[in-house]
Amino acid sequence: MIKKTVANVREACEGISDGMTFMLGGFGLCGIPENIISELVRKNIQNVTCISNNAGVDGFGLGLLLKKHQIKKMISSYVGENAEFERQMLSGEMEVELIPQGTLAQRCEAARSGIPAFYTPAGYGTEVAEGKETREFHGKMYVMEKAFEADFSFVKAWKGDEAGNLIFKGTARNFNPAMCGAGKITVAEVEELVPAGELDPNQIHIPGIFIQRIFQGENYEKRIEQLTVRKRN
Amino acid sequence: MALSKEQIAQRIAKEVKDGYYVNLGIGIPTLVANFVRDDISVEFQSENGILGMGPFPFEGEEDPDLINAGKQTITALPGASFFDSAMSFGMIRGQHVDLTILGAMEVSQNGDIANWKIPGKMVKGMGGAMDLVASAENIIVAMMHTNRDGESKLLKECSLPLTGVKCVRKIVSNLAVLEIIDGKFHLLERAPGVSVEEIQKATEGDLIINGDVIEMKF
Repeated sequence: MIKKTVANVREACEGISDGMTFMLGGFGLCGIPENIISELVRKNIQNVTCISNNAGVDGFGLGLLLKKHQIKKMISSYVGENAEFERQMLSGEMEVELIPQGTLAQRCEAARSGIPAFYTPAGYGTEVAEGKETREFHGKMYVMEKAFEADFSFVKAWKGDEAGNLIFKGTARNFNPAMCGAGKITVAEVEELVPAGELDPNQIHIPGIFIQRIFQGENYEKRIEQLTVRKRN
Repeated sequence: MALSKEQIAQRIAKEVKDGYYVNLGIGIPTLVANFVRDDISVEFQSENGILGMGPFPFEGEEDPDLINAGKQTITALPGASFFDSAMSFGMIRGQHVDLTILGAMEVSQNGDIANWKIPGKMVKGMGGAMDLVASAENIIVAMMHTNRDGESKLLKECSLPLTGVKCVRKIVSNLAVLEIIDGKFHLLERAPGVSVEEIQKATEGDLIINGDVIEMKF
């Protein structure tokens, strides 16, 4: 067994520096690496490029980095829930590249899997395809998209073991698996870290080969963005 | 009377057939789930990674790890499954999802759709909409026929940045049900009490009217 555990979030984030490109898992506030984001804020890393489906909300998730003007560029598919984000984007303080959600996921997966580029129908005929190579297959037009290049992937899982194997819960899975192994170094934070052998190999979603560092997060707030409930009759 | 948002959803629900896997967009499309007949088997996909999405949870039973693409707390029905975003869009691009229902700011008569950006005003992003409209064979658009100033949103050409080209086949608006065939809007049904003339007036694009246009039934 190759051990991937590190003592804490500080050790997990060693080697990060200004100007790097990070991938961060999560959809909205669901399944985001909360402890790592707090550490990025604490270390006050500057001029970073973040690849993340969303940009958090004011005061939580990536919204914390935005507030401190740590983000130089965001690559996302949807950024609608964050007033500070919109302000920085419209004022030109921050660069934003909006790309289709499936393309974002596939560019992560391609990076992980050694595929330099791929063709997708998403965005053909729109401004997303401007300047990109297009090609016809079986009578339909496709756009060539390239794999991401990132220095670190930061992911969050439900359970993990010392070997870096991961299990996700519910829709907190989202972009996390595709980002594992997509950056040069993948750091996973988990709610529960167990010794090797305790997780059933049949149930592993992401094998530890894609993970370089794993630690148990100290605290999970798991904020709900849109609480919607039914009344009991 | 023009249809309410609920009535638009109710009319679209009639297009949902037994055995369909359906992706519902944010807004009016989300309401469609409330009106699908309960004697047919349908599974709702949410592109953030669930098939078999159920209704909102009861108060106190919400799970922060279980949300839909609108970031709302949801439940999972028996037979549900979870998966990652790459697989989710594999399902969508691979045309395994039978029906996509989404909203639009503008639709043109050749089936172009714009729903993600108003330059200088609103830039929220396309989310999964570009993947959905580029891949789905069966797309229904739920929309208001006109904007707040009464200007048509069913146009000869879209004025806003496009989400996808030549992809919309069917539209259910607050005034009518329309189909796009050979680069023109065809009027299929009108909302109860709404005249063909009113629909014609609210439609900037070419509108084909064949004989008597039936009134929608609920």
